[in-house]
Amino acid sequence: MAVDIKTVERIATLSKLEFSETEKQEITVDMNRMLDFVAQLSTADTEGVKPLIYMLEEEAELRKDEVIGSITQQDALKNAPEKDSDFIKVPKVINKD
Amino acid sequence: MKGFTSLKNIQKDLQSYTVTCVELVEHYLDRIKDQKDINAFVETFDVSASAQAVLVDAKIKEGKAGVLAGLIISIKDNICYEGHKLSASSKMLEGFESLYSSTVVERLLKEDAIIIGRTNCDEFAMGSSNETSFYGPVKNPLDKNKVAGGSSGGAAASVAADLCMAALGSDTGGSIRQPASFTGTVGLKPTYGRVSRHGLIAFGSSFDQIGTFTKNVDDAALITEVIAGKDEFDSTVSRKEVEPYFEEIDSQKDKKQRIAYFDCYVNHKAIDPEVRKRTIEIIEKLRLEGHQVDEVKFDYLDQIVPTYYVLTTAEASSNLARYDGIHFGYRSTNATDLESTYVKSRSEGFGREVKRRIMLGTYVLSAGYYDAYYTKAQKVRRLVRDCTNEVFENYDFIISPTSPHTAFDLNAQKDDQIKMYLEDIYTVQANLAGIPAISLPLGIGSDKMPFGIQLMTSAFNEKKLLSFSKQVVNKFALTSELEKA
Repeated sequence: MAVDIKTVERIATLSKLEFSETEKQEITVDMNRMLDFVAQLSTADTEGVKPLIYMLEEEAELRKDEVIGSITQQDALKNAPEKDSDFIKVPKVINKD
Repeated sequence: MKGFTSLKNIQKDLQSYTVTCVELVEHYLDRIKDQKDINAFVETFDVSASAQAVLVDAKIKEGKAGVLAGLIISIKDNICYEGHKLSASSKMLEGFESLYSSTVVERLLKEDAIIIGRTNCDEFAMGSSNETSFYGPVKNPLDKNKVAGGSSGGAAASVAADLCMAALGSDTGGSIRQPASFTGTVGLKPTYGRVSRHGLIAFGSSFDQIGTFTKNVDDAALITEVIAGKDEFDSTVSRKEVEPYFEEIDSQKDKKQRIAYFDCYVNHKAIDPEVRKRTIEIIEKLRLEGHQVDEVKFDYLDQIVPTYYVLTTAEASSNLARYDGIHFGYRSTNATDLESTYVKSRSEGFGREVKRRIMLGTYVLSAGYYDAYYTKAQKVRRLVRDCTNEVFENYDFIISPTSPHTAFDLNAQKDDQIKMYLEDIYTVQANLAGIPAISLPLGIGSDKMPFGIQLMTSAFNEKKLLSFSKQVVNKFALTSELEKA
């Protein structure tokens, strides 16, 4: 198997996700099935082919570098799950002791 | 109130004051309430829709109404509308209210369309049956034991059940066309870069495109013309002039087209014999009409869906990194520190399919696998795009079924993800190549459920696509065939 529980745990850490032991088993099976499925990619001959990254052929147009402002502080706070009158609140990052 | 079949016939009644926008809004809100069991809408915008209706009625009286006056339209729950909630049908964004409107919404409102509500979809548009939604599945209005398709299932159902005149959805790998096929509606995915994605919740940014569900091709042309075009808020949108899709909807009338089809699509092992039979029948009829229809080789059948899944999950894992439980959206109450705020909020806020895709996407982007999966898929994408474009050097259109079968039963495919991914077998090519594609309601199965025929054309050829689509629907829609018989 390409993906084992250890790999799932490593990818979960990178994804900022956590899974219960049962979920880990399930997702290991899922990921292996999906990787088997996408393995068909290797049958295409891509020798000398450049990866396609940008879909639009036109060159991007740069806008003028002008200060136009965006949203107010109150608006920025509007959808924050925890906040006070001025700031978004987060749990303590550094513990003193 | 009578049912309306096109925007133009609503506008005729509005101009003669036989009906008002206020009455239309009331009528559709009532219908939505009556048909709540379909679960097409997450929320209706009663207050803003009614207020907009009063405004548009006044404009009609003054003779100043926009081209979409009287259009009652729904938007998918991943399209921003200032001061209104949207959630991508995820627990992660429950209660989130948009601070701004997407470009498409701005343009609809400017032309006096009325936005009636937001429609249910697969969570973060990830799914092909609308069963991954936090708000539960959408039922197919034509048979409530069946799915409406996905991910824009609510959008499709809202039009099919006549809960509004048209809907905006988004299509990353078939999310407009497959539900259109399942519900007997017209579903258009424009060229990548034709319509601004500003204000669309991102899933796969190099694939996502906003498009329409309508009851007829004319309305698709009219609405697409309004929402398309350059936009300073989206650097991936084209600056090419938008052609007059609606006014020149008859530009292809009586013109003979060169049409290609792929044997590996029409004779795919997963295709329902009825869908195959009808596709071949339409190919034959097109030939009888004098069009040139040829079988053409396509070498990447086995690679298109894998390419699509590697690239979209990679893009999704990156796009969905912004949901951290801090700035907006769901925050876990079980967290004890910053790290666990991220991890627990994401793990509790995202549903199973979304987590599955974030995991695969992170895997294919991780050190050691990046070249084997991600870069490889980008290379195959170039091959698919180039070989698709080569077909268009000799042909105007590619014809195929939209989906291998009619709508399936609710819960039937929920646990078989690979089977679910193969739902997109005919639709992902257009997203990989960035070309426009439309699903036209031309088939009915013995289960009495509709299915669509898909037309694809080269990039930025929406005008030709829409015009030819109208010809095809006029000639081959089953009702018009019955009328002729």
